[in-house]
Amino acid sequence: MGKVLKDVVCSFCGCLCDNLEIAVENGKINPVSRACKVSISRFVNYNKDRVPYPMIREKGGLVKTSLDEAINKAAEILSRANWPLIYGLSSSVCEAHRKCVELAELVGGVIDQTATVCHAPTILAFQEIGEIHATLGEIKNRSDLVIFWGCNPLDAHLNHFVRYSVTPKGLYISKGRKDRTVVAVDVRETRTTRVADIFLRIEPGKDYELLSVLRALINGKEIDLDKVAGVSMEEIRELAEKMVNCRYGVIFFGLGLTMSRGKHYNVMAALSLVRDLNKKTRFVIIPMRGHYNVKGAGVVLGWQTGYPFAVDFSRGYPRYGPGEFSAVNLLANGEVDAALILAADPAANFPVSASKHLARIPTVVIDPKISMTSLIADVVIPSAVSGIEAEGTAYRMDGVPIRLRKIIDPEPGVLADSEVLQLIIDRVKGVR
Amino acid sequence: MQGERVIIRNGFVYDPINKVNGERMNIYIENGKISEEFKEEGAKVIDATGKVVMPGGVDIHSHIAGKINAARLFRPEDHKGDVVSKTTNTRSGVGYSLPSTFTTGYRYASMGYTTVFEPAVTPLEARHAHEELIDTPIIDSGLMVCLGNNYFTLKYIKEGEVEKLKGFISWLMKAVKGFSVKIVNPGGQETWKWGKNVTSLDDKVIGFDVTPKEIVTNLARVNEELGMPHTIHIHCNNLGSPGNYEITIETMDALRNIKPVKGRKNVVHIAHSQFNSYGGKTWRDFSSGAGEVADYINKHSHVTTCIGQVIFTNTTTITSDGPWQYRLWLLTGNKWTGADVELETSGGIVPYVFRKRNPVNAIQWAVGLELLLLIRDPWRVYLTTDHPNGGPFTLYPQVIGWLMSRKSREELLKKIHKAASTRTQLPGIRREYNLEEIAIITRAGTAKSLGLKSKGHLGVGADADVAIYSFNPEKDSTSDYEKIVSSFSKAAYTLKNGEIVVKDGEIIGSPMGKTFWVECKAPQEQEIMDDLEKTFYNYYTVTLTNFPVQFDYLPLHEPLKTMV
Ligand SMILES: [Zn+2]
Repeated sequence: MGKVLKDVVCSFCGCLCDNLEIAVENGKINPVSRACKVSISRFVNYNKDRVPYPMIREKGGLVKTSLDEAINKAAEILSRANWPLIYGLSSSVCEAHRKCVELAELVGGVIDQTATVCHAPTILAFQEIGEIHATLGEIKNRSDLVIFWGCNPLDAHLNHFVRYSVTPKGLYISKGRKDRTVVAVDVRETRTTRVADIFLRIEPGKDYELLSVLRALINGKEIDLDKVAGVSMEEIRELAEKMVNCRYGVIFFGLGLTMSRGKHYNVMAALSLVRDLNKKTRFVIIPMRGHYNVKGAGVVLGWQTGYPFAVDFSRGYPRYGPGEFSAVNLLANGEVDAALILAADPAANFPVSASKHLARIPTVVIDPKISMTSLIADVVIPSAVSGIEAEGTAYRMDGVPIRLRKIIDPEPGVLADSEVLQLIIDRVKGVR
Repeated sequence: MQGERVIIRNGFVYDPINKVNGERMNIYIENGKISEEFKEEGAKVIDATGKVVMPGGVDIHSHIAGKINAARLFRPEDHKGDVVSKTTNTRSGVGYSLPSTFTTGYRYASMGYTTVFEPAVTPLEARHAHEELIDTPIIDSGLMVCLGNNYFTLKYIKEGEVEKLKGFISWLMKAVKGFSVKIVNPGGQETWKWGKNVTSLDDKVIGFDVTPKEIVTNLARVNEELGMPHTIHIHCNNLGSPGNYEITIETMDALRNIKPVKGRKNVVHIAHSQFNSYGGKTWRDFSSGAGEVADYINKHSHVTTCIGQVIFTNTTTITSDGPWQYRLWLLTGNKWTGADVELETSGGIVPYVFRKRNPVNAIQWAVGLELLLLIRDPWRVYLTTDHPNGGPFTLYPQVIGWLMSRKSREELLKKIHKAASTRTQLPGIRREYNLEEIAIITRAGTAKSLGLKSKGHLGVGADADVAIYSFNPEKDSTSDYEKIVSSFSKAAYTLKNGEIVVKDGEIIGSPMGKTFWVECKAPQEQEIMDDLEKTFYNYYTVTLTNFPVQFDYLPLHEPLKTMV
């Protein structure tokens, strides 16, 4: 029997559950308890599909090379480029993010992170309106009205219900689930909507309308309509009443809101609604962040550059340009001439025009695992899996920083992301 | 630096702790510390002839790490006009009221500051503040930990378990690597989590049946019995509101009979008292209450205070005072961000412009100066802007100018709303600060209040943190506002641990700063372990195992012992 580690942190999704029990024996990891099924698979399969060794492209194919040679080649690519892109970050730790910003500054490139393709509208709306926020423990301890809008935690954040939002008992929620009203707003039925007390099924692309009408109602305005967004006014009025009369309400929202028609206007409507509700009661709003450290990427960029994503250093100082300096646009428009991808898979997720350009330009990939992007890269450097083979900091979706632990040694010679990046930085400084 | 020897020759030295007042003398540095005199051979010599030499500046209250990051992310419009390019030895960044971490370190150093304390860290996010300090170069720092609304504070006071409260604070300071006890709107943040506030010292905190008065008196007593190097540090109730000078005086008076730890006389530091020294009953009859507050402080030695001076500029308010930030949103209509942290704090951010023609803003500006000028003992009043709340720290030299030059104050009074002249005492105040007093309110006094023996002075053994300013007290007029501002904005030299980090206001060296924290060892810690485990399991969402901040986050640090 191997050793059983307690209170291990799961580095999969933005929930960052930190109470897992994990057994480690002969290089195998087995979650014993509290891990969700996605988390179990991450731990059990951590050693599958690994990048076996450093590789560089020669005569059209990726061939094995030494770490030193791979670092040399990466440094050369980034140094020679006029305007390189550094992208990814959200599935690595803050210690690596810090190095990514330093490298972007050093080579005068652009740095962008995966929020650019998921919660960028949330960030833009936050900068416009503000966000009345809380840590997840306040939801557990106080929330008697929990609204899931355009998100489906029962499929995407599996432990969210039991750890934070629906079933747990808290300081002022002595009966757990019974003390809460759960509302789901979505365009389709999901596992989450099925367990909600109230489900408002709205027409696709009509979130803005519904949020605006709710806001008008809670601000005491008369609305002379029968239906909004396919929902009857009666149901909408009932929800508005519940919002005003709860003690501590929360809206959790996901890509159903940020990525549907209206994008950041939708989020602005949601943030304004929640803000105004604070004139009547207490109400907060929390975006459901996907990758385990996408929040941390924004935090690190914030303290080093002042901006959360899409930051350009070509003038020697940070410039913020959502859209202008967003990875997808820069690639689709063919503006960047080299790329370093850390722990992300844009070749698989980006629009074809963007991934085609990525395949054309010299690209460096740092990743523990084989990805689509690694297959089109010119340099592939394997790294340790953060939270399993390497320690480091990650930020939960609500902004709480948690230290990921190393629970098993990586293969000899495999370094943490931040160590690989430091070697590239040192080499770039030497090359110049 | 190790092994290196430096002589700062022939400057006018202001070292108030060692009673040196503008005498021309040499300062000797060896191994990063101030040393006894040695022979010049092999030493680096800095000619300070015709210049002022002071210990490196010590800021007692400036929001530089942690919560301020949400404000950076919130306000891209704040940065765009104030960008900082990379150089061969410095990182790039942005200002203005919310400078990025590297820029924060550089800008403090270029003003001759070498130590800056972050005054509002919520325990659950202490790890974040420490991460930012790693990326804040040159300056040494420490974190004040918000405890005035903490679940354990409220619970133990309610249960009358003061010894357990002592155990909790002792444990917590080690767990989060914290420096001192901060109290923000005692009881008000917890009450805000139900949408309400506390407005008198005898209001009850919802859910806990304790009062702000009980919170501050118990925390003060525990703080002194633990022997913390710094006193409790309070952001009082009703901050920012008309008539709040009364609750400020009541708060100070409630603490009058707390017995200070052996070795100091003070038991409380009132933070940014400018924001808590207002008269009047409404915004219409808003006036200064600085006279009353200064009078109380003059008559009572148990209080120190920093000012939170207002400067006419576009800045950002960011506090842990959730209900106040909500009110400021209602007042201004500016964008508002709020944040509740489980079992610990609430808080918020609202951008704000202090305008010369706005009567309230004009009075606020005058109130800060009144306090600085009416409080007679410079050892108990310190220069801050509550960065960035009253204005960015980069504008401290303007405040120094107004304090030293009566003429400059009078000229500005003419340009701003007349309420500053009619509803405050400022126009009648003749006092002008001298350089020794400036040295006290910006470094010697703050270092003393923080209990830092190695800072704020140039005696043998002190850290060789030194600021040299191009101001000649024999030639330059102390009422020359422009000269004062330019001299204190860009130090001729700043030395950190004996290393020259700034020359002519430019950064030439960028060593990492260290973090001070206090290593308490109260035996009562043993009594609270069960409570900790239960509370973390039931009410926190982070396990007790994963809560403490590892030493990985403090690459350079100095644990201080308690005074008992
Ligand atoms: Zn403050």
